[in-house]
Amino acid sequence: MPYKTINAIALPILLFGVIIAIWSAIADQIPGFPPPLEVWNELIVVLSDPFYDNGAGDQGIALQLLSSLKRVFGGFALAIAVGVPVGLLIGMSKVAQTAFNPYIQILKPVSPLAWLPLALFVFKDVDMTAIFVIFITSIWPIIINTALGVRSVSDDFLNVAKVLQLTAFERVFQIILPVAVPFIFTGMRLSLGIAWLVIVAAEMLTGGLGIGFWIWDEYNNLNYSHIIIGIILIGVVGYILDTIMGLIADYFDYRKRGRV
Amino acid sequence: MSAKPFLKIDHVDKIFPLGKGKEYVALRDVKLEIRENEIVSIIGHSGCGKSTILNLIAGLDTISNGTILLEDKHITAPGPERAVVFQNHSLLPWLTVYQNIEMAVKKVMKELDAKELRDHVTKYIEMVNLDHAKDKYPGEISGGMKQRVGIARALSIEPKVLLMDEPFGALDSLTRANLQDHLMRIQMQTGNTVIIITHDVDEAVLLSDRVIMMTNGPEATIGEILEVNLPRPRKRLELQHNPEYLRCREAIIEFLYSKFAKDDE
Repeated sequence: MPYKTINAIALPILLFGVIIAIWSAIADQIPGFPPPLEVWNELIVVLSDPFYDNGAGDQGIALQLLSSLKRVFGGFALAIAVGVPVGLLIGMSKVAQTAFNPYIQILKPVSPLAWLPLALFVFKDVDMTAIFVIFITSIWPIIINTALGVRSVSDDFLNVAKVLQLTAFERVFQIILPVAVPFIFTGMRLSLGIAWLVIVAAEMLTGGLGIGFWIWDEYNNLNYSHIIIGIILIGVVGYILDTIMGLIADYFDYRKRGRV
Repeated sequence: MSAKPFLKIDHVDKIFPLGKGKEYVALRDVKLEIRENEIVSIIGHSGCGKSTILNLIAGLDTISNGTILLEDKHITAPGPERAVVFQNHSLLPWLTVYQNIEMAVKKVMKELDAKELRDHVTKYIEMVNLDHAKDKYPGEISGGMKQRVGIARALSIEPKVLLMDEPFGALDSLTRANLQDHLMRIQMQTGNTVIIITHDVDEAVLLSDRVIMMTNGPEATIGEILEVNLPRPRKRLELQHNPEYLRCREAIIEFLYSKFAKDDE
């Protein structure tokens, strides 16, 4: 095995030992804080029956995660559907950019939780509220990166389009989109990360079903080892989402194609 | 000069507004007539507006005063009958060599069916000897090969005028010589009218029927026009000591470095 590979395996394991040690020390100090072994045992219990369904509020961890993912993808899909065309428009038109920019700058830093009560009042529905909150917070990176991608199209390519007398439609699909796609995917990747952050907080407040709700519920049940399990699983799922998004992004990135 | 001009640049000015009522006169009163099948190069120091002339002919920039006529038709916008070979090749990096040319041909020659299209694209890829690289992406081939694709793409749409903006400027001298030979061979085959912007004296003499020498800007204009009376096909090696070649070379150097010498700013 090459030295690098050994390092890649050994170093994280070493650090794992350190983390466990610190964790154990904390658990010793705080009464009721679940030590690593207890969490491990609980994790096996939780993962051994991930799909059980005892009705509202008492469902397996996989069902909780899936329900969160469904909302995330609902809001994320909506953010793409609106964000990409708006981003294209802003990137191509100075007028649109001037009109939209102040609102983007003001709305972008608003916490997702600030939108939540308003959304609950309007939709009076937990799912719709979660989807809307995801949409409104994850749309900004998509808009901004799409516009950036459009603006990064070089004048040379646009001159080629002019000499060939491409129509506006052809220009968008044959010149602008191919350049902008890697940027759009960067935006989507950021946006999906935000969506996954937001869903946990949103579900804690809205309740019902989902990983965020589950963690809050276990807090109320004084089942602290489940909170730690929830944190770990959220991290793992988030990492998987980001990796998949990265692979899709690479696939559509012409700069990563045809390189030997 | 024989017959009526193919391309006529008639008293053209190009003025760039600088804002606050100021302006920069890049070109002043440029007059030039170019015959069909002629290879003309435009030479001058940087900032003499030679690329601006090309952009005006291409229609990529607007004329401030005067007119440019191609076969008696006013040039007002870019069009495929005036193909441009850009200095940095401008190939679309997400398309292969074949697809880059196909994309241009598809757009300009809509009447071709699938087989005709394939034959047409292949013909121009072969013309620049790039058959072996036709499925490669621009990122996978050398600078010289990219520029050959750029030339093939420009020629494939069968333009009336081929406009080349310092086409070999970014290449090393051996590659440049190779591409110059390609260009002369192809032009003998196709009979295109070619306008080349260059700052290379040898390139100008080797390739051109006439060399247009530009004065320095602002208010640059045509200083002298030199006829290069060398028979074609021209061979680089044989020209080394050819008196006509040397005469032309000297005339251009005299113009650039004595009459219109320019300090490096």
